[in-house]
This record gives sequence, structure tokens and C-alpha cells, in this order.
Amino acid sequence: MNAEVIFNLNRCKGCGLCVSVCPKQVLRLDEIVTNVKGYHPAAISDQSSCVACGNCARICPDSVITVKKHKIEGEPA
Amino acid sequence: MTMTQIVYERSKGLQDVETHYCPGCHHGIIHKLIAETLSEMNLLDIAVGICPVGCAVLAGNYINCDFVEAAHGRAPAVATGIKRTRPNLLVFTYQGDGDLASIGAGEIVHASMRGEKFTTIFINNAIYGMTGGQMAPTTMVGQKATTAQSGRDPRMHGNPIRMAEMLSTLGGMAYCERVCVADIPNLNRARRALKKAFTLQLQGIGHTFLEFLSTCPTNWGMSPVDAGKWLKSSMALYYQLGVIKDITAKEESK
Amino acid sequence: MKKELWKGNEAIAEAAIRAGCRAYFGYPITPQNEIPEYMSKYMPEAGGVFVQAESELAAINMVYGAAATGIRAMTSSSSPGISLKQEGISYLLASNLPAVIVNMMRGGPGLGTIQPSQADYFQATRSPGHGDGHMIVLAPNSIQEAVDLVWNAFELADKYLTPVMLLADGMIGQMMEPIVWKRSQPATEVDKPWAAAGREGDGKTHFVTSLRLQSAQNEQFVYALEKRYAIIERDEVRYEASGCEGADLIIAAFGTTARIAASAARRLEAEGIKAGIFRPITLWPFPYDALRRLADQNSVKAVLTVEMSLGQMHQDVRLAIEGSKPTPFYGRTGGMVPEPKAIAQKAAEVLREVK
Repeated sequence: MNAEVIFNLNRCKGCGLCVSVCPKQVLRLDEIVTNVKGYHPAAISDQSSCVACGNCARICPDSVITVKKHKIEGEPA
Repeated sequence: MTMTQIVYERSKGLQDVETHYCPGCHHGIIHKLIAETLSEMNLLDIAVGICPVGCAVLAGNYINCDFVEAAHGRAPAVATGIKRTRPNLLVFTYQGDGDLASIGAGEIVHASMRGEKFTTIFINNAIYGMTGGQMAPTTMVGQKATTAQSGRDPRMHGNPIRMAEMLSTLGGMAYCERVCVADIPNLNRARRALKKAFTLQLQGIGHTFLEFLSTCPTNWGMSPVDAGKWLKSSMALYYQLGVIKDITAKEESK
Repeated sequence: MKKELWKGNEAIAEAAIRAGCRAYFGYPITPQNEIPEYMSKYMPEAGGVFVQAESELAAINMVYGAAATGIRAMTSSSSPGISLKQEGISYLLASNLPAVIVNMMRGGPGLGTIQPSQADYFQATRSPGHGDGHMIVLAPNSIQEAVDLVWNAFELADKYLTPVMLLADGMIGQMMEPIVWKRSQPATEVDKPWAAAGREGDGKTHFVTSLRLQSAQNEQFVYALEKRYAIIERDEVRYEASGCEGADLIIAAFGTTARIAASAARRLEAEGIKAGIFRPITLWPFPYDALRRLADQNSVKAVLTVEMSLGQMHQDVRLAIEGSKPTPFYGRTGGMVPEPKAIAQKAAEVLREVK
């Protein structure tokens, strides 16, 4: 299973709530990037450690995050 | 072959616009829960929300259903006007603590008393947001505000009001729960509470009331994450989370 | 006197405290929030009372209570909040009670916007509350004038036993200007033997009420108000006329709009047009006679009213002029502010059409 976490970077307000609820602690605010609003948007540092729980997406006040699970057919759940 | 499952994506119950809310404001999260619940329950076509005067004055631009703007505090009266004349609509109000507990205290008491069959969503962040941080009826003792610059003092300002408990003494209140979205388990509980409130409204049970303890990072002077922590460690001690009243639960246990 | 830089809302609050106000009751609403915020800290320090009321309606009733017991009291709000206060203002004037109400006007109607407006003129001058009755309405055009008028407001309120409104807009509330504190003493105190502050030693009770169930008696009360208003109209009119003597055109405007009109007048001067500015300071009582006298000059071709509304003071200007000269109007509304260039263009156009 591959998790995919997609951020709508220009809508992110850099609030950090997603970072605080990630059980794998793979999210952070990207201090190098500044988006069009002037915030440091959220980013995933290690997509392979993500378990696609969706916590980040659920708590994001601006619905900036989409979480997908890609499963190879025949792969155990 | 790869199968893709969407674990979470932006709800269709939200309009595709950006909100004016501050970073980390719980309005965004709660709007989302309402949008998701209305969408799942297929209620977007018959839902009418009433938005307040306060930060959520623009809620009608964010949630994908009909909305009516109410004067400050008068949402319960406006909701009464709508629900009584069009009982088939799913009517909910969305009010802040100034709107509901200060200027609108009279209206909410009477709507609950009469058991008006709409759902009140009460956003309690213990401060006035839109106008810049004045004290609210729900501001905590010792909490600083621009009109209580040394902190709320019970001798001068009284103790904060627990609206959920106060309104639950009224016969018309059918279901009343206090929730929050400060972490994922609480967010999930809040979602279930919303679904229950809307379900009971559809059954015509009486007044349903959800008090959402919420953060206001900007006027509390904290980061969004710290604000969530303060909510859980301070606000939630005074405003207890959980079901305060549920007339359907009583009947089930008979 | 030392100049100090003050924000309008805060200067008005400080002026009230210095003028002897000892009770402030208010509620948050943009663009006057700094008034309750300032009062919450400094009124108690001055030995006075501050309450953030549950609503504007509650606040005006708290003012009514304090005033009824003989205390110098005030409230502040902005347009929608003033609508909520109208019942209370009617009670104040119907009970012969002094009080000061500050209105920082914002664009309406309804919830409207937070930008400035002057569209509460009718409300203030025609219908402060239901029924017959007036309140004195003072309209400053600068923070200095607002501060100075605060003393007058309390004095007029006490002298005539009537509510007085300080009518300004969000620009005055929010901007910062240098001021001097011209007065250091509180406004003259007056005796209030009518106050409901306890029965007197001789058993005489005081009943502050506006209920007069016998209509004949009620009518007498209203006629007594009318007599008092006639005295106010005779003695308390204030206005400022600049450049009106020998002018081609008079621009009538109040508050911040008058300052913008003054900029327009300077533009017109460069085009060879002499435009005078007639600025009422008391909106009620309105300076009808002074305006008529200036408009009657042979040189004056028209009186152009400029307001941030659809034209409200315009009606009083027309009443003053009584059709003797053209009385056109130019305005912006809904929170928009007129520009000097546009006013000047309108003035020039008016003069072309009149010829």
C-alpha cells in the first residue's frame, strides 16, 4: 500500500494542526517555501512512513489535504 | 493493477472558496464537519443555515447550502420563523459566544423553552473574535480580554455562563451535548453528535443544541496548536465535554 | 498647551472621563471598539463605573438607570447598535434625563459594512426614538473638535435634561490626530433634585417615568418639551462658515465630509470659482437662519449639499433655502467616501447649469 498525501499549497495557512495530529510525525511546515499567502505550507517529509490514516486531512480547517491509498491488486489489506 | 481509495478529500458540502478565518481557527474545522454531515445525510438540498454577527458572518459563502443572515443574537428567532413556516427544511443556526450568550441570551432561552425544532450550533471560544478580543460571557476567570485587561474578575464580571447546562433545564431542550474538535477522537465524537442532532431534528423531537468548545488563536495570543492544548487543559475543565441532556436516551433505557 | 497624538475613539473616551462622566456602558461593534476598551481600563481608575453590557439595548437601559439616579452617564455604538438604542433614547428624552450617546456611523443599511457613513442623520435628528421629541446632535469634523464637544455634550445634557448625541464616523474614530486638552476641569455640575437616589428626609419620593396615561397630561408634557426645544433652537445653534461671504456657491456638509469639501473648494479656487463651506456643528438644532442668510447673498448661485448618504441633511438644507436658490446634491453612500475631485467637478457642473 502506498499512501499519497497531496497539499493544496496555496490554500495552506501554515497553522500546524495537521503536524500535531499525525501519528507517524511525518508532517512539518516547510520553512524554506513561502506560499502566495506568505505562510510556510505544510509538507510531508516521508511519504513511505505515512499510513494514510487521514487525520491530517480531517483536522485541516481549510481542507487543503487530500489523502489517497494506492493498493496493488492481490496485496494484503 | 493499482486500486486507489480516497481516504479523505474536500467535502462537496463546502463551496470551493477560501475562507477568511485565521490560521488554525476551529470555525474552518466545524464548518467542514457540518458540510460533511449534511452531504452524507443528503440534506444539502433542504438545509438552511442561519449565520451570526461575528467571525462566522460569512458562513453562507462557505457551506454549500442556503443561508440567512441574522442580526446579532437573533438567530434563534430567525430560525423559529423559518422552521415553523417550513417544517420540512433542515434548519440550523451557527452562533458565537457573543451572539448566543450575550446579546442573544433572551432569544436562545425562549427558543429552547418552546422546543423549537431546529439545531443550534454554538461556537464557544471564550472571546469576541471579529471585533478584536473583547470579553465574552464565556471568557474564563483570569483570561485577558481587551475589555478586561487584567483578566476576568468574578467580582466585577461574574463567572462565565455554562450555556449548555443552563438551557438544558428547559423542557423544550431535547438533546444537548458539548463537544470540541481539538483532536481527532474529539472531532469524531463531534461528528457523531452533529449527525445525531440532525437526525433528531428530522424526527421532530424538539430543540437540539451542540456547544463546540473552540479556539481563537489570534485573540488568545497563542499558536493554533497551543490554543488546542489550552482548550483541553483549561476550558474543558470548566465546560465539561459530553452529553448534558438527551430525552431519547431516557426513553431507550426504560 | 502641549499637543498630544490621540486616536479618535480613545480621545473621546478620555475626554468624557475628564469632563466628569462617571458611568460608561457599552458593547463591542466596529468601528468604535476602542471606546469600551479604553473605558474598561480608565473609567474604574477614575472612580467610575464600566460595564460591558450584554447588548446595546441593555447598555442604553443601564445609562437610563444611572441617569435616573443623577449620575453623569454615557454609551457609544455604531449605526446598527444605535437602532437598538432607540427605545432607550425615547425613554431618556421622555423622562427628562441627561445622557450622552456617541455614534460612530458606519455604512448601512442592515449589517452593512464597517467603512464610514453619514446615513444616520435622519435617525439622529428626526427620530432618535419613537414619538415626538429631539435630542441635541453634535457633529465634530476632527478629533480636536470631538474632544471639545464632549464637554459641551455633558453640559447641554445637564442644562436641558435631554440626551445628547455626538455623531461622528469611523474616520474620526479610527484616525489619529494631534490635540490639545483645552479644558482641565469637569463640565459644570448641576443639581439634580429630581433624581431617584433615595427618598429625601421629608419623605418626598422621586418617580422617574415616561408613562402618562392621561393623554391630556401627556400632551402637556410634549408641549413642555417643545418649549424647551424652542429655547435650544434659539440659544444653542453652532455652525462654521468659511469663505461663504461673496461666494459663488455654498457647499453644505458636516463632519469629515466638510473637510473633504474644503479640499474641493481649494481646487475650485484654482479654477476661479469661490466656493464657501457651510458646516453645521449642531445638526439638531439645525442652523437654518444662518444658512438662509448666507444663501440669500446675490453672489451665491446655488447651495450644493455633500454627504455620505443618499441625501439626508439635504432635506434640512432645502428647508432652510425654501426654493429661493437651487439646492443640488452630491454624495457617496454605503461606506464609500467622496473624493475632492468629484465634489469639485459637481460644483463646477452645478454652476454651469445654473447660468
